[in-house]
Amino acid sequence: MSTEPADTRPDGLSPSQTVGPFFHYGLTPGTAYGHVPVSVDGQVAAPGTPGEPIVLTGRVIDGAGDPVPDAMLEIWQADSDGRYAHPDDGRPRASNSFTGFGRSDTTADGTYRFTTIKPGRVPGPGGGEQAPHILVAVFGRGMLKQLFTRVYFDDEASNAEDPILALVPEARRGTLIAKRDGDTFTLDIRLQGEGETVFFDV
Amino acid sequence: MALVLPRSSTAAHPPSLHPAYTSTVLRAPREPLVLVPHTLTELTGPVYGQGKVRDSDADLTTQHGGEPLGERIIVTGRVLDEDGRPVPNALVELWQANAAGRYVHVRDQHPAPLDPNFTGAGRYLTGEDGRYRFTTVRPGAYPWRNHHNAWRPAHIHFSVFGPSFVSRLVTQMYFPGDPLFPFDPIFNGIPDERARNRLIARFDLAVTQPEWALGYQFDIVLRGREATPTEEPHEH
Repeated sequence: MSTEPADTRPDGLSPSQTVGPFFHYGLTPGTAYGHVPVSVDGQVAAPGTPGEPIVLTGRVIDGAGDPVPDAMLEIWQADSDGRYAHPDDGRPRASNSFTGFGRSDTTADGTYRFTTIKPGRVPGPGGGEQAPHILVAVFGRGMLKQLFTRVYFDDEASNAEDPILALVPEARRGTLIAKRDGDTFTLDIRLQGEGETVFFDV
Repeated sequence: MALVLPRSSTAAHPPSLHPAYTSTVLRAPREPLVLVPHTLTELTGPVYGQGKVRDSDADLTTQHGGEPLGERIIVTGRVLDEDGRPVPNALVELWQANAAGRYVHVRDQHPAPLDPNFTGAGRYLTGEDGRYRFTTVRPGAYPWRNHHNAWRPAHIHFSVFGPSFVSRLVTQMYFPGDPLFPFDPIFNGIPDERARNRLIARFDLAVTQPEWALGYQFDIVLRGREATPTEEPHEH
């Protein structure tokens, strides 16, 4: 007896559930769970990838000001020419090995860390361009669905004309702009409370 | 073939703040989300390589020297878009507790035994028909400290990649008839009963293998669908 349903339009999306406290051995095993294959990690750009190598780091902080030690961040970004490794961005790319996708858990003090390259400007709505940015999804225990935010870079003049930043109240834009120190850009993600990070309805 | 991501569909998801699940109270934003148009950034997403997932990643019962204890099960289903079209080449990652309800994770100190023959993590890359298939053991229920005498219904964690970064879904699959459903604030964080029930797998005798394993079907529906030619692909 098969109970295979007919091919019909689904009733709706599968709803999200929290990643929980024990995702590490499934999603970010690192070297602690040697027999679990790593799908992706915080090393987004291999050495030699065209573009400027950078480190993107910061802490995830909760509404009490405490670090979140069991969050996970995923990032999605264009290459240094502003091109995405995806079939819907048909433009040729300088490197076929750069996927633009990374995943980092947070340490006991809430720190995430990616080694990547600085993305270029990418097409925006209405034929314009966006400032260089990285799309971020934040998962964690106590989070029934992921939150989306963006990381911009404080040394980019094009931030002033970015169509997405323009939608954010000016007083809160700083929560999206990472600060440069050498080759490291730092941005904390505050889930709630004073200085709360801007999260997007995408 | 352009992708559209209707926002109305996301009403199926739980809200970020669900006080009965106490850990949401300090981790849910209080400011409203800022509505943004879908640009190339949101409409694209990672493409996972065929060669990177091994066939052995899909069988959680053969990752060690011996067989894990517990009820052997087959979990299969299709990854679909909102129109019911299969999503091929979707990376499905899965992790779960063992049959005793104990996670191999270092932070799980629940006094139930670990199983030296079970880690509980696997991966699958869907084929052209969007189908995935895992062999594993049925996980046990386990206690947590959300409230007095709190127990999670047995579940398997799923992480799924769809056609775009904002189609990404992390969810949990439950088993039919679990008596713990009414008491679980994570399951009940989903406001709509029909949406909740979409996370309950369906026992399927056709998937069940005689003398070997019970079979369950669990389809996963991701955000996104193909635009018809008259539709504007970039929603503003």
